[in-house]
Amino acid sequence: MTEIFGVGLLTAITFLPLLGMIVVLLIPSGKDEASKATSLNLFRWVTAGTTFLQLILALVIYSNFDFSLAGVNQAETFQFIEKVDWIHLSGLPMLGDLNIQYFIGIDGLSAPMILLTALISFVATFASWSIKKAAKGYFAMYLLLVMGMMGVFISLDFFLFYLFWEIMLLPMYFLIGIWGGPRKEYAAIKFFIYTLFGSVFMLLVMVALYFAAGSFNLLDMMNPNNFKDGSLLLDSTWRLIAFVALFVGFAIKVPIVPFHTWLPDAHVEAPTPISVILAGVLLKMGTYGMLRISWPIFPEAVAYFQDYIAFIGMFSIVYGALCALGQHKFGQRDLKKMIAYSSVSHMGYVMLGMASMNSAGMTGAIFQMFNHGTITAMLFMIVGVVYDRAHTRGLDDFGGLANKMPVYTGVMTIAWFAAIGLPGMSGFVSEVMIFIGAFESYIWYTMIAATGIILGAAYMLWALQKVWFGKLPEKWEGPWDPTGKVYKHDDINGIELAGLVPLAIVVIYLGINPAPILDMMNTSVNHLIEFVKVSGNFASLGL
Amino acid sequence: MKPETLLLLSMIIILMPLLSFTVIIFSQKRLGQAGGVVGSIFQGLTLLLTIVVSFTKLTTYADAGMIQQTIEWFSIGNKSIQLGLGIDNLAAIMLVVVNLISFLVHLFSTVYMHGDKRYPRFFAYLGLFTFSMLGIVLANNFLNMYIFWELVGISSYLLIGFWYEKDSAADANKKAFITNRVGDFGFLIGILILFVNYGTLMFDQVYAQIAAGNIPYGSGAWLSAAGILIFLGAIGKSAQFPLHVWLPDAMEGPTPVSALIHAATMVAAGVYLTARIFPMLTADAMIFVAYVGGITAFLAATIAITQTDFKKVLAYSTVSQLGYMVLAIGVGAYTSGFMHLVTHAWFKACLFLASGSVIHAMHESMHHAHNHDMDPQDIRNMGGLRKTMPLTYTAFLIATLAISGVPLTSGFMSKDGILAGTLAFAELSGHWLLPLAGFGAAGMTAFYMFRLAINAFHGEAKTDIAKHTKENNWRIVGPLLLLATLSISVFYAWNPFNAGDGWFHDRVKAPRTVVPAEFQFDFMMPLEAEHGEAVMAHGEEAHSEHAEVADAHQGEEAHGGHHAATKFEEQMHHAHYPAMIASLLIAGGGILFGFAFYQFKVFNADNLANLIKPAYKLSYNKWYIDEVYQASVIDGTINLGRVLSWFDLKVVDGVVHAAAWIINKASLAVSFFDKYVVDGMVNLSATATGFFGAMFRKVQTGKVQAYLAFTIIAFMIILFIVF
Amino acid sequence: MGIGLEHFLIVSGLLFALGIFGIITRKNAIMVLMGLELILNSANLNFIAFARYGGLNIEGHIAAIFVIILAAAEVAVALAIVLNIYQNYKHINVDEINKLKE
Repeated sequence: MTEIFGVGLLTAITFLPLLGMIVVLLIPSGKDEASKATSLNLFRWVTAGTTFLQLILALVIYSNFDFSLAGVNQAETFQFIEKVDWIHLSGLPMLGDLNIQYFIGIDGLSAPMILLTALISFVATFASWSIKKAAKGYFAMYLLLVMGMMGVFISLDFFLFYLFWEIMLLPMYFLIGIWGGPRKEYAAIKFFIYTLFGSVFMLLVMVALYFAAGSFNLLDMMNPNNFKDGSLLLDSTWRLIAFVALFVGFAIKVPIVPFHTWLPDAHVEAPTPISVILAGVLLKMGTYGMLRISWPIFPEAVAYFQDYIAFIGMFSIVYGALCALGQHKFGQRDLKKMIAYSSVSHMGYVMLGMASMNSAGMTGAIFQMFNHGTITAMLFMIVGVVYDRAHTRGLDDFGGLANKMPVYTGVMTIAWFAAIGLPGMSGFVSEVMIFIGAFESYIWYTMIAATGIILGAAYMLWALQKVWFGKLPEKWEGPWDPTGKVYKHDDINGIELAGLVPLAIVVIYLGINPAPILDMMNTSVNHLIEFVKVSGNFASLGL
Repeated sequence: MKPETLLLLSMIIILMPLLSFTVIIFSQKRLGQAGGVVGSIFQGLTLLLTIVVSFTKLTTYADAGMIQQTIEWFSIGNKSIQLGLGIDNLAAIMLVVVNLISFLVHLFSTVYMHGDKRYPRFFAYLGLFTFSMLGIVLANNFLNMYIFWELVGISSYLLIGFWYEKDSAADANKKAFITNRVGDFGFLIGILILFVNYGTLMFDQVYAQIAAGNIPYGSGAWLSAAGILIFLGAIGKSAQFPLHVWLPDAMEGPTPVSALIHAATMVAAGVYLTARIFPMLTADAMIFVAYVGGITAFLAATIAITQTDFKKVLAYSTVSQLGYMVLAIGVGAYTSGFMHLVTHAWFKACLFLASGSVIHAMHESMHHAHNHDMDPQDIRNMGGLRKTMPLTYTAFLIATLAISGVPLTSGFMSKDGILAGTLAFAELSGHWLLPLAGFGAAGMTAFYMFRLAINAFHGEAKTDIAKHTKENNWRIVGPLLLLATLSISVFYAWNPFNAGDGWFHDRVKAPRTVVPAEFQFDFMMPLEAEHGEAVMAHGEEAHSEHAEVADAHQGEEAHGGHHAATKFEEQMHHAHYPAMIASLLIAGGGILFGFAFYQFKVFNADNLANLIKPAYKLSYNKWYIDEVYQASVIDGTINLGRVLSWFDLKVVDGVVHAAAWIINKASLAVSFFDKYVVDGMVNLSATATGFFGAMFRKVQTGKVQAYLAFTIIAFMIILFIVF
Repeated sequence: MGIGLEHFLIVSGLLFALGIFGIITRKNAIMVLMGLELILNSANLNFIAFARYGGLNIEGHIAAIFVIILAAAEVAVALAIVLNIYQNYKHINVDEINKLKE
């Protein structure tokens, strides 16, 4: 099954949100109180319905996905392929023929990301329930964002990839800039400029690759034999430079130290669902881009820079963890900021795994991308729950929430310990796999990186103690909402649970039985490693 | 019973407490005070099954080595990550220890925790803990061990922080978890070394490969490192120096928890792990293990002498005794070390439950007296409890005798074996500090335990509260008496002076080392050769995924074979009686001093304390280790985090802001240029045009006559130019 | 020395110059019209002179008569305008008649 109602599955899953967005835009906002409330509910449920359908589609894709096909650089082993000429211009001055294809398909590298995107988009909808201001615009933007994210993961044409990459940027800017916290403009602009800065590098390399390969097809670019004689990217120095430029473009998105400072600000200012999406999906685009584009196109550069990338990964782990620890004593002491830094640390694991260039490390890296997505999404949603009630996230402003909100605390415990890497939760499996992989290649880096598990426990448990243990401050003793209109009781409500419980189930299930996701990517990862290793040597011999 | 059935039952044993946890945690409100009963029933069933399984293993399959089954969890590349379940004699004995104590603690807690607002949750956590602990016990590979290791950590975290409203409890559980994480860090690295080199984490397969001469990275140092790193995990969990600091603080948890987790089972997991990796410990690693154990045993004993909190004394005593066990394994006295684990589990659980009984009684008494300010755990507030709580006192006394190493008790037998081991080891290797630490700690143990017993139970009641305490009901006293009974030597060997004849030493034999001869003490090596091959054959056999029972011969090989094989064991045999006599004298001395100081007041303890004030303060303040950690590692890390946060905000982000500033200023400059230069040019031309326009405008008078005049003039000029 | 073409041309040139002078310098519309007549007459004089000496023959005369008719018509119209202007402005100063300028 590759089509649904005559539309390719991947096209359907990508453009479904666009449809939802049109529906949202068509619904009138309403004039008086009652009709406003009705349309607010309509916006919410249309979005929830759209993302739910998307999730169903993702599951359909999963069930029809053939685990034995590798993809990566072989067009014939990609799945759910759709390939249509999109923009075709010939005889242009300088460019010659311009041929951009609507070329989409997935393999084991992108399939987990499709699942993740669909899942996170769905649960983040429930976190959006607290958005009341300009709801129409919000949900329209939200759905556009979802479309952009999905598009990035299915594109096999560099131009298309770039297009979706930029499409996603725009709604993100507005979502942070309009619905964000007190310093939202600053954060939104910082995010936008930072990412655009990276995009410029990507654009340059894309154009260079286009001139070399003569098309935007990513798979064509992976084989230097397709390159025209005398093109810049046959020169090994230029290839290294191109790799670094592309790497910086993606690294900003990951983000790795020292390109990470947009992340804490963006997280702190973004509304809860946007933080969830940002941490859950957007960060993965950087590492996904590396795996999909940088690694197979510049394999010898990967071999050349491998050690540095591993160092960067190790450094990000420790640096991010220490900064997260430092948030307890420094600056705004904001719970969200601490989690943002923990993201930097956890994405460092991904980099370390990707640098190891063996199947344990790489599989672990992709699995960690998935797990970090689900776990950090939970963390942000948990912070969102308390923020919606107390309108503060300060680490020092709370205490004793465990007694006030027992169910909430129970869910929190799952997320918190998953983030610490407790066995039985998915994060443990991926971290161990990364450590195994990295240890094969880099003994000492791995040893230093493994201190991350101590520091991780330290900052997470400290925060847990500050917010949930101890005594409740006097100011929170009464009910959150004395009128009882918004929050009928103090504990977490059904909508919030609807967002958190699916994630908790996924986290625990994959912690006990990680095979469903691992099997999905095994073939592709092994093929990628094989391919990168072989052509890495091939290219370094001077073609 | 077939081995498959045995494994199936073991599986059920593991899952039963998990089921208990799940049932209780999801129906806390509905269960209410019935939660305790539900938990106890589940645990009781587990215990029954355990007795069946362990009895079968220890009788029918006593020589069968490890009965195990392995399944693939997932595979990465060409490597397969496996999980497994294995039961050998060690595990069988451990199962009984864990489940029996867990059951007794369940029973005890139904009274002790009565009326607590989170009563059912307590039993849920107990179930979670028991599940995790059983996972460690029945692991047949390092990965399982590590997984449940962490789960034990988390259940311990939840239980220590059960009364999380108290800041001290919340601090303590955080401290416990993070300190354990430091050890786990080493454990993890050790596992990584093994997995990267051997591609498997099965105990038997790893040991078979080492025995075949395949050592990590081809270097003995790495083999030692692997052993020491894994042992780091044990240092954390078994509260060995220098990571022992969490255990005394963990006493913030409810007392039954202290008995179950922080005395009998979880902390013993480290020792259990050390016993598991015993075959792969090199000479260097053994020395390391032995010294860590020796230092811990001695250090903790010196601290225990001056503590005044009932539970703190017991906590340091636990640390000290765990040091003993580790010391035993480090010097090669494997069986005695493990035996001490078991005997200690009984008598220490008994001591803790007795302390719980006392504290409960004190609480009740305080409750009646409407006194809520007194510390019910301070021994300076007790005294004379012997009369009001005779059964508790009896149990406590028996356990105290056992821990002090008085003959006819279990503690005497196991401790004696350990001391003999250290003596033998010292004679063969020259490390005389080890037996010194061992005997020193033994003397101090006897002293501080009797100090505790006399202060709390003998003499006159020091407060009214203590005077009005009452004996507790059977669900508290029953477990105490049962545990006290188990502290009698007869359960381990008929001859109270020679444990070697008993069933315990017969069933638990030191596994033969697999370390290549050049990295091992020669006296640890078997005197006959060619065992390596036999072990290897066993390892290969273990690849099969089916439950298997190695045949008798192989099982014997894996478990140390026909004994009497190493020089060390012979030496230990010789050291048996000297050690026994010495330890009797020392323990007797300790007890004597205890009575002299506190019962008969022959000496004044306060005067002595004043006399050696610096030493007293050092001990009372726990050697200032907490303070040193706080000042160095903890503050260091936090301040580093703080500095990095500052660095991140000011420098890294500062660079970003500086870049933004520069671009901003550059754009200002450009806009200045744009405004005044580029635009200036445009304006200039406009101004010039305007100027000339204004000038010529004057000519345009609108008067026809003027135009005519101009025309004429112009015509004249043209004429003039042309001609 | 007889009277030749150049004498006529000189007289006609003087007349023309006087006419231009009159148009440019006079403020009175009537005087301007009179300057105009002078110019026209200087042109007539030239036509007649060239008819006599230059070979224009009858065409010169015809053109002269044409110009006289034209001048008569022109004066008629112009005087009518001037009369109207006078009725509106009570003067006929050409410098001040600038209503169209606004």
